[in-house]
Amino acid sequence: MSFWLVLTVNSITFGGLLFLLSAGFSLIFGLMRIPNLTHGSLFMLGAYVGATFAAGLAGMQMNFWLAAVVATLTVAFAGALAERLLLRRLPGDQLAQVLVTLGLSFMAADFCLLIWGGDPLSVATPDGLQGFARFGTVVFPLYRLAIIVIAVVVAIALWLMLERTRLGAMIRAGVDDPDMARVVGIRVSQLFTIVFALGAGLAGFAGIIGGPILSVYPGLDQDMLPLALVVVILGGTGSLLGSFVGSIIVGFIYNFGQALLPELAYFVLFMPMLLVLLLRPQGLFGRHVP
Amino acid sequence: MNGTMNRDMAGRIFAIVVAFGALLTLPYWMHGIYYVNVASQILFYAVFALGLNVLVGYGGLVSLGHAGLFGVSAYATGYMLQLGYGHSLAIVVAIAMGLASMAIYAVLSLRSTGIGFIMITLALGEILWGLAYRWISLTGGDNGINVPTRPSPFGYSMTNATVFYYVTLTVFAIAIALCWIFVRSPFGAALRGTRDQPRRMNALGYHVWAIRFWACLFSGLLTAVSAILFVYYTQFISPQTLALTSSAEVLLMVISGGPGTLLGPIFGAGLVVVVKNVVSAFIERWNFLLGAIFVAIVILMPEGLVPGSVRLWRLAMRQRRKRAAP
Repeated sequence: MSFWLVLTVNSITFGGLLFLLSAGFSLIFGLMRIPNLTHGSLFMLGAYVGATFAAGLAGMQMNFWLAAVVATLTVAFAGALAERLLLRRLPGDQLAQVLVTLGLSFMAADFCLLIWGGDPLSVATPDGLQGFARFGTVVFPLYRLAIIVIAVVVAIALWLMLERTRLGAMIRAGVDDPDMARVVGIRVSQLFTIVFALGAGLAGFAGIIGGPILSVYPGLDQDMLPLALVVVILGGTGSLLGSFVGSIIVGFIYNFGQALLPELAYFVLFMPMLLVLLLRPQGLFGRHVP
Repeated sequence: MNGTMNRDMAGRIFAIVVAFGALLTLPYWMHGIYYVNVASQILFYAVFALGLNVLVGYGGLVSLGHAGLFGVSAYATGYMLQLGYGHSLAIVVAIAMGLASMAIYAVLSLRSTGIGFIMITLALGEILWGLAYRWISLTGGDNGINVPTRPSPFGYSMTNATVFYYVTLTVFAIAIALCWIFVRSPFGAALRGTRDQPRRMNALGYHVWAIRFWACLFSGLLTAVSAILFVYYTQFISPQTLALTSSAEVLLMVISGGPGTLLGPIFGAGLVVVVKNVVSAFIERWNFLLGAIFVAIVILMPEGLVPGSVRLWRLAMRQRRKRAAP
């Protein structure tokens, strides 16, 4: 009984982490119509930068949360830079943009290997969340529960931003019909930069938040990118609700698959994505076919 | 005009003869087994890139899952040999398995084009990678499968690097001849038609889906053949071969050289293999360089290095002629 309960909580935790990672991926995909293949690298970069600041850099040690903020801003800046300097040069050429993000992901992986080396970095669990919560006979690490709370808070904030603010309305307009949005005077290309920075920042944030449970190692980008891809294809591009539901589904499939069918874990993970692509190409909550 | 055409043709034939002559005599002027081995690698990766180019260059269908197909054939070879079957049966089974997987790929992914096609092939590639990585009882997981022996066609053992090189060169020559015939055939023209104007091709009575399907199978055949050469070359196969990075690498070969040309993918294969093998001996960060080349080519020379250089060369020649004329 407790085995199943622990597995369930772990699945939701992982789902929350995936939501942080894939919400930005989904928005970028919805608005710019490209799968951003650097997204895993941005996650890893955020984890490395955050871990470095949290462990202390040049005698200056930062609080975990402050380090998370610094990592988020750094990665958001890197994303904005990549969009401004590279993707901007290929307007409308989605294929070339995908290839540029692929090339950038190679470069980012090697860059991280150069700076941080091949050994995995562990990230200390922040103060006050190192304990356990006890529910009857079952014990949960507090930090895992905290991740769920963080994911829910971010989800609500993003939802309010998209539904209640002027910027959110412009992004929604851009996702639904970029040409028409341009006609009514929305500067869609400026939105691209904003959304790219936002998505990159979220990915970096997810990276450092996931640090204490996943640790940081070379190849983390390759592990996370396919998961984000599965989430967004399941949920549908450009839909916040889609990436939320998709994340939870993938969190469950991933954890239960690893525990019950270890040999076929990846097969079980990618099968639903394939089925959705074939039967409902726009995803469960998506508005248009990629 | 006619004169320049003939001169162009003559120049091209001369270049091809020289290139093949150089390749045929390579082990005699290229000293060191290491360099002969690098040349073999370039040749079988060129076959792989030619196979992907059929889809990317002529069909307009960008696949990010070809490493998965490559892996199926490589694993099939290794697994058959592990079970104790002979080389010829292993090769036949590997090609059959490669073609069957390609057929499944095609049926699933040809439902869409563009980004959709990329995503489905990527998903399929990741599934195959996941199986290779995790289905340990079949694939050995991260330990991979060892292939202890190489075949000996006509009594020449391929354990010898030079023999291996000549076998690879033969396969390469057949592959490039097949591609040359394919490009000039009505089928090749029809495939290019489905790339540029699928709806018009449909209206003209062509079965667009079937044309793309057969193109996929042709691509799968070349992929399977190159995978068999690869597995005999490294004598080892592990999940890393099926990873997204490998799919990206072969795509880089096609894109960097020039998609939709015969020479481009071969040149691209040479570039990537040389950067990987030779340059990485001097520079530690070859992956960074690979990514940088990728980005630079997509942004600065999107048609690829071979057509791009030809364009620049022609431009320079025309300007020189213009300057000489008045």
